[in-house]
Amino acid sequence: MKPLSAVNDFVVKFANVNGSGSASANELFAKAIIRMGVPVSPRNIFPSNIQGLPTWYEVRVTEKGHLGRRGGVDFMVAMNPQTWDGDVKELEPGGYLFFDNAKSLPASRFREDVNVIGMPLTEISNSTYVDARERQLMKNIVYLGALAFLLGIEHTEIEKLFSEQYKGKERLLDSNKKALRLGRDYATAHFKPVGLKVERRDFVGDRIFIEGNSAAALGCVYGGASVCAWYPITPSSSIAEAFAKWCQKYRVDAETGKNKFAIVQAEDELASIGMVVGAGWNGARSFTATSGPGVSLMQEFIGLAYFAEIPVTIINVQRGGPSTGMPTRTQQSDVLSCAYASHGDTKHVLLFPEDPYECFEMSATALDLADRLQTPIFVMTDLDIGMNQRLCKPFAWDDKRAYDRGKVMTHDDLENGKVFGRYLDVDGDGIPFRTYPGTHPTKGAYFTRGTSRDRYAKYSESGIDYVDNMSRLLRKFETAKELVPQPVVQQGSHKSKLGVIFYGSTSPAMSEAMEMLESSRVYVDTLRILAFPFSHAVTDFIASHDQVFVVEQNRDGQLRTLLVAELNIDPAKLIPVLHYDGTPITARFIVKEVSQMATALKVTPMRKTVHGGSAE
Amino acid sequence: MTFIAKPKLHHPTLALNNVGYTRRDYEGTVSTLCAGCGHDSISAAIIQACWELDIEPHRVAKLSGIGCSSKTPTYFLGNSHGFNTVHGRMPSVLTGANLANSELLYLGVSGDGDSASIGLGQFAHVMRRGVNMTYIVENNGVYGLTKGQFSATADQGSKSKRGVVNRDSPIDLASLALQLGATFVGRSFSGDKQQLVPLIKAAIEHQGAAFIDVVSPCVAFNNHAGSTKSYDYIREHNEAVNRLDFIPLRSEITVDYGKGEVTAVRQHDGSTLLLRKLHESYDPTNRVAAMNYIQERQAQGEIVTGLLYVDAEPQDLHVHLNTRPGAFNRMNEAELCPGSAALDKLNAGLR
Ligand SMILES: Cc1ncc(C[n+]2csc(CCOP(=O)(O)OP(=O)(O)O)c2C)c(N)n1
Ligand code: SF4
Repeated sequence: MKPLSAVNDFVVKFANVNGSGSASANELFAKAIIRMGVPVSPRNIFPSNIQGLPTWYEVRVTEKGHLGRRGGVDFMVAMNPQTWDGDVKELEPGGYLFFDNAKSLPASRFREDVNVIGMPLTEISNSTYVDARERQLMKNIVYLGALAFLLGIEHTEIEKLFSEQYKGKERLLDSNKKALRLGRDYATAHFKPVGLKVERRDFVGDRIFIEGNSAAALGCVYGGASVCAWYPITPSSSIAEAFAKWCQKYRVDAETGKNKFAIVQAEDELASIGMVVGAGWNGARSFTATSGPGVSLMQEFIGLAYFAEIPVTIINVQRGGPSTGMPTRTQQSDVLSCAYASHGDTKHVLLFPEDPYECFEMSATALDLADRLQTPIFVMTDLDIGMNQRLCKPFAWDDKRAYDRGKVMTHDDLENGKVFGRYLDVDGDGIPFRTYPGTHPTKGAYFTRGTSRDRYAKYSESGIDYVDNMSRLLRKFETAKELVPQPVVQQGSHKSKLGVIFYGSTSPAMSEAMEMLESSRVYVDTLRILAFPFSHAVTDFIASHDQVFVVEQNRDGQLRTLLVAELNIDPAKLIPVLHYDGTPITARFIVKEVSQMATALKVTPMRKTVHGGSAE
Repeated sequence: MTFIAKPKLHHPTLALNNVGYTRRDYEGTVSTLCAGCGHDSISAAIIQACWELDIEPHRVAKLSGIGCSSKTPTYFLGNSHGFNTVHGRMPSVLTGANLANSELLYLGVSGDGDSASIGLGQFAHVMRRGVNMTYIVENNGVYGLTKGQFSATADQGSKSKRGVVNRDSPIDLASLALQLGATFVGRSFSGDKQQLVPLIKAAIEHQGAAFIDVVSPCVAFNNHAGSTKSYDYIREHNEAVNRLDFIPLRSEITVDYGKGEVTAVRQHDGSTLLLRKLHESYDPTNRVAAMNYIQERQAQGEIVTGLLYVDAEPQDLHVHLNTRPGAFNRMNEAELCPGSAALDKLNAGLR
């Protein structure tokens, strides 16, 4: 079997045991490659945060900059005996298996068609370091040194990263450098570089490397959120934790040392959303971060916020459902439960970020939209974007950007005789004016309730008042169509009757899939949905294609259902392409599904291209 | 059902308080609760207390859950913002509102079903967090609004109107509040204006989590002993408000008794409550002693009333969180947004 060979285009996977301290070594591996100007796309794969269970870190080295998962593994760093069999199986033929040969493994347990590289990692580490924990940690750095040699990663880049990481901690810096050298020296003496190679390029540009959750938290800081109430749940917890970190950095009053923010870890999700509702009612920008089960618990309050018209921002980092499902795997399976959250007739605004850049941007936008529309806004991210570092555009902020505080009547407005009716639709956009509590001694106070009322906020069970209010809420939702981020349409290189609709974290896999499809002469146009309610561009896109694939990461085609229901589309026109095993969708998967179905459909663009024509 | 607005004509001779308001300025719409409901007396006591404290009505934010008791904020402080939230979860909304603006006075009104059943968790946490508020539970031992089921404060062995005997032990919210760290705990009776008004005033002045448990008889569901109207008839009607017509007009129960004394209060259902007013010499600054005293008296079948416990130097949630004082809704971009220069620096660190 010919060993695999590739430059700047391969997949390395690290199989580790949780708690072994490998995360930092693995991240350094990815970063060093980025510093060499070559894009990478890493993913954490972890069953649950319990010591001793297996974890994986998969790094796709990709000169072309594909950020989706490729599928398959070319180089396996197999450090976990527990998962050995599965890990070996995952290797592509001709791939490389790197392992710690301190304990010899039976030959039967290697594959014929892979190249095996055994290195006495434990011995090297144990003979150099005394402390048990240090031995464990440095073993990871030793393999990092060996990999650098095998794959051609520049040591100086790794050493620079060490210096940044351990600034002022000389002892740590020294022992890390030493371990790296030990690994490199052993590898140099015993091995030859393998066929997979990293070569310096200039393809990263000014892009940054960050997790979606951290980016979303920063977006909340920039967007002016001052109250955050949350309850821990994977994979959203790091949003609140990052928000706390960013606030410590940016939001402590320099003179008084007082915090210009309040963060409460609530007793449960009912309380966390309740606090957000209370703060929103009082005019502070506030948000919570959660995942599926948390959204389930928040339902009653979401209905209250919708009906009583209170700004609320909910960041839902989706994971595998239903129930506890696969809590550490990714899905896009809360689309329907969020779009129609709570009882009665409700509809909520959803935003679908594709990467950390948009997690930042859309979290800030959500806070604006919540104030403008006085309603709950969901930022629908997922584990894949939330908990993995991605390369993305650098964050940008226009200093002239003013917060949209929406329709708020001030003391002076009231004093100057403006008529206040809490649920009056003054200018036809369905959005009424509100006042903050405490605004004026005699004017503008009203009673907020989840019960039906008239336009002046007076309790009313009159059917006329109820219908008036509910239809105004629909008008407001119509207004939202214009305010939310608009979809992005991308035409294929040939005119096509086939369309693909996708959203959120499916983005990188989709753009790669489009390239692959084109190279096999299946031409499609794509539309990325950035928000619900759907704007007219979505209707137009579907109307202008014979068949539209809807690619999503859930079992039931939830976005497709929403499209059918909200836009009155013939279901036969929308073909579901569904990936829901909890792993991030890959370009390979999309290509396989779409080209199979396209062939079955005998769609014209394929035939026409075969016959040489492209225009229709 | 719509509300009857009260005419806002002021009698020229009505007394003004120090901030220029008459007592009428502290009222809300006309109550739609059953005539004689203890909750109305509590509303009256709140009105009296706020007027006497010279509180500007619009500086108060009144929040409640769901229940007859939770409806009462509509009936007082008409110029305050009010918020009828969801059943049992007013505490979290109040907490969030308070975090967003520490300048307002927060008044939480709840029922025993609202706070001791569905809302027990939020009740516990709002007390332990030390949210600066006055939290009043209008405690009648039943669910009024849903027509007479037992609440978690109903006494063991007591009988519902339908004749069901309550087998479960009652939850004593005052003891619980003490245990959870509330820095002001009082108990009173809806008909004891002499005691209730000063207690509410003290709670409002208290800069921490203040809790008052107010025993408040329900005419509709603990009047069965003497009632001439059948429960079935009442049950056919939806809301407590609709019962106005056929519930015998009862006068609210009032009491008047001195410190250190015990008084027997006959409720509408014929049962008797033994209220014991705290003695002059009672030391309300000792939390453990307060808990013991309540328990001892309870064992004798008595309900202790008065200021049970107060911490003279309370710390509230804002102290714990080290938040800047004032209303967060006044913070602007300059205060909230770190700006593009900071972002550029941050971007540089992420490469
Ligand atoms: C989630 C939910 N469950 C149940 C109800 C129905 N409900 C309305 S009020 C109430 C009980 C009110 O009892 P309490 O708090 O003691 O107030 P009271 O009416 O006695 O003053 C219940 C169960 C509801 N509104 N919401
Ligand atoms: S049902 Fe009971 S609690 Fe409700 S208003 Fe009537 S008397 Fe008051």
